[in-house]
Amino acid sequence: MSDDKLILPLAAIRPDDIALAGGKGCALARLDRAGFQIPFTMVVTTGAYQHFVEANGLQEKILLELNRKPFADMRWEEIWDAALRIRSMFLNHPLPSDLDQAFQQTLASPFVDRPAVIRSSAPQEDSAGASFAGIHESYVNVRGHAAILDHIRRVWASLWSDGALLYRQELGLAPESSAMAVLVQALIVGDYSGVAFTVSPMDVDQSVVEAVPGLNQGLVDGLVAPERWILDRATHAIVSHTAADRSQSVVPADQGVRVADFGGDGPQILSPGNIEAVAALARRIETLFGSPQDVEWTVVDGEITVLQARPVTTTAASEDDKRGWYLSLRRSYENLQQLRAKIEDDLIPAMIREAEELAAIDLAPFSDTELAAEVRRRVDRNQHWSNVYWADFIPYAHGARLFGQIYNDTIKPENPYEFADLLTDTPMASLKRNRQLEALAAGVRDVPGAADDLRRGRMDNLPAALRSSLDTFVAQYGTLSSGITGDSEGALAESTLVRLILELAARPGQSPARQSVDHEALVRRFIDAFAPEERDWAQSLLDLGRSSYRLRDDDNIHLGRIEAQARRAVREAAARLANEPITAEAAALREVLSLMPPDKAAPAASADTAAHGPGLRARQLVGQPAGPGLARGRARVVATPQDLKAFQSGEILICDAVDPNMTFVVPLAAAVVERRGGMLIHGAIIAREYGLPCVTGVPEALQFIRSGDHVTVDGYLGIVIIGPANT
Amino acid sequence: MDAQETVRRHIATLLSGQRLATLSTCSAEGHPYASLVAFDADPDLSGMIFATSRATRKFANLSHQARAAMLVDNSGNVKSDIYAAMAVTALGVTTELTGAAQDEAVARYILKHPHMATFVQAPSTAVLRLAVDVYYLVNRFQKVMEYHVGR
Repeated sequence: MSDDKLILPLAAIRPDDIALAGGKGCALARLDRAGFQIPFTMVVTTGAYQHFVEANGLQEKILLELNRKPFADMRWEEIWDAALRIRSMFLNHPLPSDLDQAFQQTLASPFVDRPAVIRSSAPQEDSAGASFAGIHESYVNVRGHAAILDHIRRVWASLWSDGALLYRQELGLAPESSAMAVLVQALIVGDYSGVAFTVSPMDVDQSVVEAVPGLNQGLVDGLVAPERWILDRATHAIVSHTAADRSQSVVPADQGVRVADFGGDGPQILSPGNIEAVAALARRIETLFGSPQDVEWTVVDGEITVLQARPVTTTAASEDDKRGWYLSLRRSYENLQQLRAKIEDDLIPAMIREAEELAAIDLAPFSDTELAAEVRRRVDRNQHWSNVYWADFIPYAHGARLFGQIYNDTIKPENPYEFADLLTDTPMASLKRNRQLEALAAGVRDVPGAADDLRRGRMDNLPAALRSSLDTFVAQYGTLSSGITGDSEGALAESTLVRLILELAARPGQSPARQSVDHEALVRRFIDAFAPEERDWAQSLLDLGRSSYRLRDDDNIHLGRIEAQARRAVREAAARLANEPITAEAAALREVLSLMPPDKAAPAASADTAAHGPGLRARQLVGQPAGPGLARGRARVVATPQDLKAFQSGEILICDAVDPNMTFVVPLAAAVVERRGGMLIHGAIIAREYGLPCVTGVPEALQFIRSGDHVTVDGYLGIVIIGPANT
Repeated sequence: MDAQETVRRHIATLLSGQRLATLSTCSAEGHPYASLVAFDADPDLSGMIFATSRATRKFANLSHQARAAMLVDNSGNVKSDIYAAMAVTALGVTTELTGAAQDEAVARYILKHPHMATFVQAPSTAVLRLAVDVYYLVNRFQKVMEYHVGR
């Protein structure tokens, strides 16, 4: 690539330059030639992208990152992690000097006093025959040369975001041939802006015009609801008009954009004449390109400027476009704040209240018919909260990820997971439970004979204070035997709880302490990286991230309590059926037992040579590095809640996933290995809290590792070695 | 197909697709030595046949210590090898073949390496077989599976 092809003015782009300028760049060049008013635009070509990637050896690093495991075996969390590491590569590697110089020569002067819009323009966007709208990133109101270069890097990196990787995989596009051009445009601050579809995505006989006051970003990002006009495609007559709340608009901030409040209802956005002018403009663009178009536009002092145009790919006839799902992988700060308020103010308090109310009900006096109705009600409530978990709690996990991305964009740390250190300085329900367990163990340790009394079930011999603490723990969390928080099935002396207290008591002071991280300094550095007027926002972003991170632990605890209460009623029904003669009432009980089994089902697991053949063993399995450190020890495979009882200090915990309802064994473990993957999944969070090496996303962990195997866990590299080194 | 059969097929495909292997031996003094040999694998993967002049260092080493390792890989000296290439290390015990076993091995060896016919049939050449106990299959840079022959 010669230097003169790295950055080009729009006038130098020909219609067939898609490989160089991307679909968006070529479309704008064509509009420019046809005389449409468009913003001043420079094209950072795919040649510039490739030069940066080649100079830094990024292609190999990216492919190594994406080929650790078969892509199909990677869960979304792992793909997000890989995308984060790749983004970090784009942010932290240096620009080659000739590219840096070319940027200086071509972009510094035109944008010295002019705010810019940095837009993605990937060649695959057009060749795919499917819309990439919103999959790659664009940034509005970027000021200053350094900031422009920084945002060009971010747009390059967005080629490798989790959503983009998954979307390209669905379309069958090879990652290794991907490239990205970037448009650097002058920001046009419109009085009002919008989109126009010459063919409605919902009805091929109609067109659509949507408009918002201020910048188009309000509409595109879903921050401001638009006014909408539906037009007849043949007659151009307005068929319907949907009004919108016109009290807000998106306007430029110092850097980026913000939502501004008018303090009242704003003016009607478009007059009938304006609507026709926009629709007519869109039709002219359709004629130019020869296919239905999705046009973004803005109006300043009555003059329409075309911001971009692309083919309409989603119509009622193409319902298989799943872009919406991939777009949902990215959540805005505003969206997450709304979700946070709902979760913290409404959902969690309601869950706690309901679990307490259910726990307070004595089921013994219920008739069989009443008990059957109660089982039904509880199973329904459990299902309801499980639905809430998927609809609201899981999406809220994006809060920690949004914070992580902005932290990395701002600080550009060498370790792309440094942000997690700022998130962990936050109380988690399961850690609180573990501290109570440690206190109980210390109590047993300090009183001669207490361990023996506990082991033999002589609870009345325990000191009153210790007995009281034990009872309080059981009332709050249950006996830990069933894998459900708050479940107290079985005799206390035989329970996992007692077994665990005895194991903890036998190893005084060995609980790994959290490695000391100067949270304060990290927080200060993050906040200080923002302009003074943006620091409140940065602080609330950190709060959002911490809240999101904490919830990934706490929500399971709360959900576990609801499930325990449903199962308590199911067990009562099962016990009655076992002891009572079959009556008409008992038949009703039998019927409801099919709704939920009395005991929690064990996940399919355990190393079984019959499943993989007698001659095959795993020597080294690959996952994702999720907690730094190196540990050796005997494996303890935990496939069912009952397996927890046998857990001994210093063993390596091997499991499907560290269920928050079994976090209490982690302080005893030397390392953690999980089949499920991700840096921010529960097990990884807890392992890091205890400073334990952790590898997640090992698909064959439960297939090939057996309890008692010698295991080495390399949490730096994300590998698990099975068997002693000399075999 | 179970996991063992999948791994077995990966190994068989790699061994049939490659002509050369790196043989590792050890001298009487404990010095390791690596050398390139043309090989052929048994269809059931129980062994690997190779040939060497009796005057070579590897032959001397094997005369003293019959245990040996053989490395076969499909790397192409390109950057993507690090995640795309596959390698197999076979561990076992070598013996020199004689009589009918040697004749059969030589015939098979020549089928795979016709240009080596003169070499393998020379009176000074020893035909050896590594009876394989275990294969280590490495792919995706760091994943390692063990296949124990005959189980």
